[in-house]
Amino acid sequence: MSTLVKPRTLFIGLTLLCGLAIWLSLALGPVSLPLWDTLRAALRLLGVPLDAQGLEQAELILGQIRLPRTLLGLAVGGVLALSGVAMQGLFRNPLADPGLVGVSSGAALGAAVAIVGATLLGGLPEVFGPYLLSLCAFLGGLGVTALVYRLGRRNGQTHVATMLLAGIALTALAGSAVGLFTYLADDATLRTLTFWNLGSLNGASYSRLWPLLLVSAGVALWLPRRAKALNALLLGESEAGHLGIDVERLKRELVFCTALGVGAAVAAAGMIGFVGLVVPHLVRLLAGPDHRVLLPASVLAGASLLLFADLVARLALAPAELPIGIVTAFIGAPFFLYLLLRGRA
Amino acid sequence: MLRVEALQIRRDRKTVLEGVTLDLLPGEVLGVLGPNGAGKSTLLGALSGELQADQGAVWLDQKALGAWSGAQRAQRLAVLPQVSTLDFAFGVQDVVGMGRLPHQTGKARDDEIIKAALQAADIGHLSARSYLALSGGERQRVHLARVLAQVWPGEAGQTLLLDEPTSMLDPLHQHTILQAVRSFADQGAAVLVILHDLNLAARYCDRILLLAQGRPHALGTPVQVLQPEALKAVFGLEVLVQPHPERGHPLIIAR
Repeated sequence: MSTLVKPRTLFIGLTLLCGLAIWLSLALGPVSLPLWDTLRAALRLLGVPLDAQGLEQAELILGQIRLPRTLLGLAVGGVLALSGVAMQGLFRNPLADPGLVGVSSGAALGAAVAIVGATLLGGLPEVFGPYLLSLCAFLGGLGVTALVYRLGRRNGQTHVATMLLAGIALTALAGSAVGLFTYLADDATLRTLTFWNLGSLNGASYSRLWPLLLVSAGVALWLPRRAKALNALLLGESEAGHLGIDVERLKRELVFCTALGVGAAVAAAGMIGFVGLVVPHLVRLLAGPDHRVLLPASVLAGASLLLFADLVARLALAPAELPIGIVTAFIGAPFFLYLLLRGRA
Repeated sequence: MLRVEALQIRRDRKTVLEGVTLDLLPGEVLGVLGPNGAGKSTLLGALSGELQADQGAVWLDQKALGAWSGAQRAQRLAVLPQVSTLDFAFGVQDVVGMGRLPHQTGKARDDEIIKAALQAADIGHLSARSYLALSGGERQRVHLARVLAQVWPGEAGQTLLLDEPTSMLDPLHQHTILQAVRSFADQGAAVLVILHDLNLAARYCDRILLLAQGRPHALGTPVQVLQPEALKAVFGLEVLVQPHPERGHPLIIAR
């Protein structure tokens, strides 16, 4: 079939786009660095022996602030897009979103428990704060997804339609629990909770980065191995079975990768919507539904999109900073509506 | 080849299929006929491993069907379901290519096979189109090409199970497709095909299994099975049966 763009062209284009996003993300911000200095400083950080003359400030800003933030954006964007592909494959529906299996709402609940619970207990030592929040969000996402998966199991088989409904029910339940914690929260806590729910790449640090980088790398290496099986799954579960795919195992892997990936992303950067929905869709429009192209291309596109969204979040109201969730939803929601209307025509 | 022994299948404590004993032999096309709800698709489900037998057993090449690993089974048993739902814009060639998934024959050989399967299903001219842009009958032919590619070239030891492969096809393609299936069997493959058209079954099948209310009513050559009494008993249909003027196989005419 003639797709809009050949896979090769797509990969070259996306790699260039991602490179540009990284470059701009490193250079721009409250203190903008000259693009050329940014490049030289980045190369020095990578170990390329360049003359350090006049680069001290650039290197400091890059190493301490911009590089961890950029890496965070790359990992979050990439893993959210991958999870979107996995869920759209699992539900065999291009409008599926990683949140369907309850991972986002579970993470929100975990975060609410951590933020409000810590305050109610009279505050925890300052060092635990951020880690506790991330850990609770991660475990919350994993826990609710595991429950959704359990509820979808019957007679040793996973019924994705049941899973979908269980996901909706548990999302509502988790939402009400978050509401309860919101009601119990004082003003300062409320603010923390609200901002967390809108997502941000702000305050990225290496220590909080590496668990996410590990998980993202794992998911990004694992899922493409299952690309052909995912293609077959789109034919239908029994058809995939007749083609020799272990469908139950594949479904388990998809749910697990999504729970792990989205859980880690949300734990590190809060709730960031629409990336998982929109990116796979865009790539499919450009290069067709073949997962051998779709999976790696979605990583690049998701990472680029999130870095550009973060740039908007950083620069739109500088020196103040918008939560990135607002930006992605602002881009994502109209695009989603466009897809719906286009499908109807 | 497939062997079925005293198969029984229940659904919600109701027996939907019982007493089926059958050898599906290399080189033969076995037609399964019967009214709606007679258990035809249930039989196909059991033969493809999708439904568990409550009693009896299914053997594929002297080995219990469930004992095969997924990929090994898929290399010798292909299944075409009644309807396929594919909602993504794959190219026709890609969909047919999915049939090669269980094999590691390499791209060059796979491309040859895909091309041949496309020809056999008469969709060579559609190979570059998007699956979603096709009509219902064309999609059905794409899936047929996919299962043909899966067990190409159809030697002895390969088995094909088809659930109403001609239900959406125009008259010409009903014959083209069954002719392709026929020549597949002539290479040595064993084919079981569920059909509704009695005359197509009479022309292309070596043997016919007539199912009624989950039980086999008759099993034999078209001439033996397609008798007015049997068809009256199973379908409630009054028919005349006459030999085809040119080919000699039974021709069934509703009265």
